[in-house]
Amino acid sequence: MGRHTPLFLGAAALLVSGLAFAGAGAVADEFKWMTFAVFGAIIAITMYITYWAARQTHTTSEFYAAGRSVTGLQNGWAIAGDYLSAASFLGIAGLISLYGYDGFMYSVGWLVAYITVLLVIAEPCRNIGKYTLGDILAFRNHPKASKTVAALSTITVSTFYLTAQMVGGGVLIKTLIGIDYHISVIGVGVLMLAYVVFGGMKATTWVQIIKAILLVTASILLVMFTWGQYGFSLPGFLQAVVDNPGVQKQVAKLVGDAALTMTPQELGQRFLEPGLFLKNPIDQISLGMALVLGTAGMPHILMRFFTVPTAQDARKSVIWAMAIIGGFYILTLFLGMGAAMNVGAGPIAALDKGGNMAAPLLAQYVGGGADSMLGNLFLAFVSAVAFATIVAVVAGLVLAAASAMAHDIYVGVIKGDHASPKEQVVAARISSLIVGVLAIYVGIAAEGQNVAHLVALAFAVAASSNLPAVFLTLYWKRANTYGIVLGMLVGAISAIALVMISPNMTYPKAVVKDAMKVLEGEPAQPAKPAVAAVPASSFACELFALEGCVKSEPAKHASPDKPAKPGAPEKLVKLQEKLPTLSDAKEIETAKKDIAKLEKDIKKAEDDLKKMEGQTASMVGLEKPFFLLKNPGLISIPLGFLMVIIGSLLFRDKRAEDMWDELYVRQNTGINAEGASAH
Amino acid sequence: MSSSQLDWAAIDQDPRFQALHKKKTSFLWGLMLFSIVYYFLLPVGAAYFQDLFKIKVWGPVNVGILFALSEFIVAWIIAGIYAQRANREYDAMAAEIVRDAKNIGGGK
Repeated sequence: MGRHTPLFLGAAALLVSGLAFAGAGAVADEFKWMTFAVFGAIIAITMYITYWAARQTHTTSEFYAAGRSVTGLQNGWAIAGDYLSAASFLGIAGLISLYGYDGFMYSVGWLVAYITVLLVIAEPCRNIGKYTLGDILAFRNHPKASKTVAALSTITVSTFYLTAQMVGGGVLIKTLIGIDYHISVIGVGVLMLAYVVFGGMKATTWVQIIKAILLVTASILLVMFTWGQYGFSLPGFLQAVVDNPGVQKQVAKLVGDAALTMTPQELGQRFLEPGLFLKNPIDQISLGMALVLGTAGMPHILMRFFTVPTAQDARKSVIWAMAIIGGFYILTLFLGMGAAMNVGAGPIAALDKGGNMAAPLLAQYVGGGADSMLGNLFLAFVSAVAFATIVAVVAGLVLAAASAMAHDIYVGVIKGDHASPKEQVVAARISSLIVGVLAIYVGIAAEGQNVAHLVALAFAVAASSNLPAVFLTLYWKRANTYGIVLGMLVGAISAIALVMISPNMTYPKAVVKDAMKVLEGEPAQPAKPAVAAVPASSFACELFALEGCVKSEPAKHASPDKPAKPGAPEKLVKLQEKLPTLSDAKEIETAKKDIAKLEKDIKKAEDDLKKMEGQTASMVGLEKPFFLLKNPGLISIPLGFLMVIIGSLLFRDKRAEDMWDELYVRQNTGINAEGASAH
Repeated sequence: MSSSQLDWAAIDQDPRFQALHKKKTSFLWGLMLFSIVYYFLLPVGAAYFQDLFKIKVWGPVNVGILFALSEFIVAWIIAGIYAQRANREYDAMAAEIVRDAKNIGGGK
């Protein structure tokens, strides 16, 4: 493998030089060397693993499935590493730190999803599958047709997820240590490419295992420090959360006028009750459906089951994954609540509105704060883990997309399954390279875009397209090629189309309205009496903005008279006039901070106005959302299932009928399953 | 894949395979249905039974928090029950069919 050495060195050099460009971030300059040291150590270890894996990766089975030599325990950790993306690790801790109970409730669906994986997907897929989703579908359906749609769907799902990871990762690294966004994205991309192209599935698996172990270790340590001071008592810890003035202040901000009639204790307790963040139960059920059914249709998760030698190991790996992932989310409850108490919602949201900085900032606090050596070492460690997280998840996704391209499309469809083993591995490596470079490009092109909803969309597409097809192929005798093709296309397209007309998109009129509010302030409002909740006039009206619909409205508390609010520019002028008259150092500090914040708000509002100039409609020509949910699963998942059923019943497919007995016997018994490669 | 040596239809019809199929099907769908219902009780409860979720039972710990925690426990228990059943029963039943696969249906 000596010929690859220069490339490894190049990748490492690029990253180190990237670190030299680091600007302002959460880590103070004098402690940056520690961050670099921790980053360097992690990169060095994973590079060594890649080097070791590359020497053992020669055949297709080794490249795509690590030679089917991964044990159940190892695969469990790797699944956890694949699944605990930055969104679930930093995002959920952040949601809990800002919104309490709702953040914790949000995490539950991510674990429950594995029950579907365990009960209906993992073992059958291991028994009849080879390398990809396409292989499972092609078992009894028309090989070329099913591989084509499976590859399209795999690439779509991976691209959505990948874009969210690349953009999120770039922003995260910039916020944490100040490395320029472009360099972060390129750094993540180059590293991930090194793992995937040279080390294939073996290197990717081990990177994921290491990352998962680091993540869990870091979380356990943080929880020991935060929970330990309360003697590991759950009521004791939560009582401290309730009593915390910062938490009470955050709740007061979230509930608005209702806070006027609540005691501080009630405000604190409210943090442990539902309804501060997730306000639309139908939307949540829709998201829940996408998670519970989508995880089992995620190509990069499915692919993990081909890496173990037997169905028993596939089962064991899901059990381990559930233990690790569930345990991790319970730790997250303490991380999030600990951050809410010790760091406070204000500073967390100031660095990142979504709360992604909660866990890193808690680490810094636990170690002794922003000026301490230990605090910054902890922050550096958590930042490095976050970085490893992004790289590991991206590597898994790139491998899934590349296998769809190389194995399904190139080898399966174009070559009609007649490709020499060597040709297949070369195709796999070239596809990885193409997908990886595209991922870097997309990451850079999508800079500054709101991509958070893309993760939910990826799950929705997987749940509406991949899952119905795989599930019915495995369990329904009448399922056939026509149903699979129709169901996958309709499922994926309807999920995407619904999101295009949902509140996730940018609606210029709403943006302009918000910007004007910042710039010109709000007029005075007279007192209003309390209003009871209004239900929508029909269920369809909960989902769509139809003509003649009464929209559902939540209950509103009585509000007192509100004076007019001045616009930000007016406030800025006043503050600037006041500044020279101040003498107290602390007051001057606060005023300066406020001025900086106002200037930032004004600039953002002006930028928004400029961006939206002359536009009145969203990307698809809507002035306001037509579909009212953020998550399309509620409609697109049943639609995907329905279309597989209709397509299968309308047309006949001899091969799908003939192969049923074999498929059903093999998925249940594992006869003739693809074995481990001889090593 | 030289899979055509076996008579799949005959294995499918074999009483031992049918027994495995029946046992697995009812057990799996039962567990699956239970887990889905139990999971969706959480968002439904949080939205429509807030007064219940707010009842404090252990210091500040309320029904909502305990219910959310129970989701984790229940998920693990379901996984445990399935794994135990599969390890003890299904694997042995499947292994017997695999051992005998060549003889079923006259061994074409």
